[in-house]
Amino acid sequence: MSTDQSYYVPDQSKWPIVGSVGMFLMLGGLAAVMVNSAESDPTTTAWVVFTLGTLTMIYMITGWLRDVINESHAGLYDAQMDRSFRQGMGWFIFSEVAFFMALFGALFYVRFFAVPWLGGEGAKGSANMLWEGFEAQWPLINMPDPSQFRTPEYVFGPWGLALVNTALLVTSSITLTFSHHALKKDHRKPAILWLAATIALAVIFLGCQAYEYYEAYAHLNLTLESGIFGSMFFLMTGFHGIHVILGTIILAVLLGRLLKGHFTGEKHFGYEAGAWYWHFVDVVWIALFVVVYVL
Amino acid sequence: MSAVTDTHAADHHDAHGPAKGFTRWLFTTNHKDIGAMYLIFSFAMFLLGGAMAMVIRAELFQPGMQMVEPAFFNQMTTMHGLIMVFGAVMPAFVGLANYMIPLMIGAPDMALPRMNNWSFWLLPAAFLLLVSTLFMEGGAPNFGWTFYAPLSTEYGPPSTTYFIFAVHIMGISSIMGAINVIATIINLRAPGMTLMKMPLFVWTWLITAFLLIAVMPVLAGVVTMMLMDIHFGTSFFNAAGGGDPVLFQHLFWFFGHPEVYIMILPAFGIVSAIIPAFSRKRLFGYTSMVYATGAIAVLSFFVWAHHMFVVGLPLQAELFFMYATMIIAVPTGVKIFNWISTMFRGSLSFETPMLFAVAFVILFTVGGLSGVMLAIAPADFQYHDTYFVVAHFHYVLVPGAIFGIFAAVYYWLPKWTGHMYNEMLGKTHFWMSFIGMNLAFFPMHFVGLAGMPRRYADYPLQFANFNMISSIGAFMFGVTQLLLLYIVIKTIRGGKKAPAKPWDGAEGLEWDLPSPLPYHTFAKPPTVQ
Repeated sequence: MSTDQSYYVPDQSKWPIVGSVGMFLMLGGLAAVMVNSAESDPTTTAWVVFTLGTLTMIYMITGWLRDVINESHAGLYDAQMDRSFRQGMGWFIFSEVAFFMALFGALFYVRFFAVPWLGGEGAKGSANMLWEGFEAQWPLINMPDPSQFRTPEYVFGPWGLALVNTALLVTSSITLTFSHHALKKDHRKPAILWLAATIALAVIFLGCQAYEYYEAYAHLNLTLESGIFGSMFFLMTGFHGIHVILGTIILAVLLGRLLKGHFTGEKHFGYEAGAWYWHFVDVVWIALFVVVYVL
Repeated sequence: MSAVTDTHAADHHDAHGPAKGFTRWLFTTNHKDIGAMYLIFSFAMFLLGGAMAMVIRAELFQPGMQMVEPAFFNQMTTMHGLIMVFGAVMPAFVGLANYMIPLMIGAPDMALPRMNNWSFWLLPAAFLLLVSTLFMEGGAPNFGWTFYAPLSTEYGPPSTTYFIFAVHIMGISSIMGAINVIATIINLRAPGMTLMKMPLFVWTWLITAFLLIAVMPVLAGVVTMMLMDIHFGTSFFNAAGGGDPVLFQHLFWFFGHPEVYIMILPAFGIVSAIIPAFSRKRLFGYTSMVYATGAIAVLSFFVWAHHMFVVGLPLQAELFFMYATMIIAVPTGVKIFNWISTMFRGSLSFETPMLFAVAFVILFTVGGLSGVMLAIAPADFQYHDTYFVVAHFHYVLVPGAIFGIFAAVYYWLPKWTGHMYNEMLGKTHFWMSFIGMNLAFFPMHFVGLAGMPRRYADYPLQFANFNMISSIGAFMFGVTQLLLLYIVIKTIRGGKKAPAKPWDGAEGLEWDLPSPLPYHTFAKPPTVQ
């Protein structure tokens, strides 16, 4: 709690209202796309609205961040402001953790309660009431009602591509730490190189993930429509993948800023926030690897 | 660097008043502007949700179908719940937090002022999306505010997708608002404002904000799974593919139960400010209040399945959730006793904020006790999904959350506007609300115990008398709220000048500031002794 400085309260800003309009158009448009295609109605207008909204969001995010970077460079932010940003980013990541915890909780429930009960286990076992002869197993490659949901041939083991992916992400966390340590000592060149290496690893990871999805759809019949295993698998790895894409974009922006000469060894919270986010994405993957692939 | 910051910030804060024109409200970064917008928005939603309640009560005035189609009735119950929870109660508390927390802790503004404005302006976007479903083909969501699968996934109207995205936007808004509250409280307290000196409203909001950040993402997760079940062929909530509709209920109530406390903890904080002020005594048991709030918050994560006693839980789960739920009565009881002890031998006076606060203590206890009855699993088998449940949660939400908000508005209105409200009108508003709400909701206990199920557009003859009383009470309560609108507008426009501290027993930094408040306050942090 500083006594000798005044907290910087920014002037009026148009970005929040631009962001609200953008969010409304983007998600409203997306909803319209989904509803109209489900009812085989034309979706052109909906796509236009969605695109307009997305572009507005991009405009808002870039403009807003540009303002923040300029204010930071103008020396308007003191140590207290820095702590507010840290609180903001920290609690944002906490909310992301809560989101993934919900997905992990759902997987736990499905695997240890819902599917065994469908198979007739326990006092509440419902197999004979619903689908006679259904046997519970995990991963679920037999459907209670095969007429409604496709049955996957088999599912991925952990010791193939998933292990490679794990190695990629763990390595990327290490290279990012090397970059961060170099930046702290104001060694800009190694900082840039290690950060570039991190981004390369991230892109390779995304490539491997895309290949795995292709394999699942093309050869394994493991799709969103193939019952609860496919649903959980794509939900969890998919949301993680979206976060990797977002994290990669963040790292790329940080690389651009490093190249432009932003950040000092002492003051680089933007960089640190990106690094926190990347490590979070990495930790989620390790948890995913253990509970989705290995166990 | 600090010199630059100082001069810049100084002329920045002292020289500038509010910007001219309507762009002030669109672009603002001022916590008072944003707080006011939250409060105005929540009141508009309160009237809209209330109008839907009037439709419900009009239809239930007599047995048989008179006013609306059953399908529309279902849309009304659903939208009434969603609008009141997400549009009226939550934004009202966020508005109060925005307005009051910086004043209470001696901060110049919220920690992240631009994000603060975004949190607010996402709400009109979300509710535009939600309310527009009323005009869509197939109508608005009609599956109850709890939107249980498969009612919402397989049997819901097409507008369900819009509803899902509206919930997403509300969630983003809530999470950003909560992050702002936490960052402000942790980082922007004035020198000397230690954690255990903070007003309880600040404490309860700190804990509420933590709950919001922990559970709003779970809501986002569950509506995303719904979306995928509807559009992408997944089987999260479909047993034919190995999923489970009960999974929906687990996820929803893991969000939903902490949500219940999100809607009441800030009211606890408000009442803990008002009762000492009008008892002219310090709050009894401040420390125990803080710990009790924390205990309620922690326990709220372990009780969710008490909403699901009849869904077919294993016996061990029924027992666990029953006992865990009952334990919550202990910290809540601590609070009730502390408020009563604060009033004990105080020099009480009963201005409007105090009337609402005392009614809060008494009537919230009624709702709390029916909550303990519902927590008893074997008894709940009888009460589940009857009007007894409706009576219970309206007793904790109306004289709980909403009376808390009313009390706060009357308590701080002189500070906000610089004018005293008309005490006579305020008391009229209180007594009409008090009588109307008890008439509306108390008979629901009886029809519920007698077996009248909730969310039906019609009922058998034997429930006719009680339902008519409920409807009369509801109309009375509803019309009375227009009086509040009148009182607030009248107070904004004029009235007796309010001194800086209109309540002689009130404590807190906000009363050191002039009434009405200057546009910027505490540009230099005060020192707290």
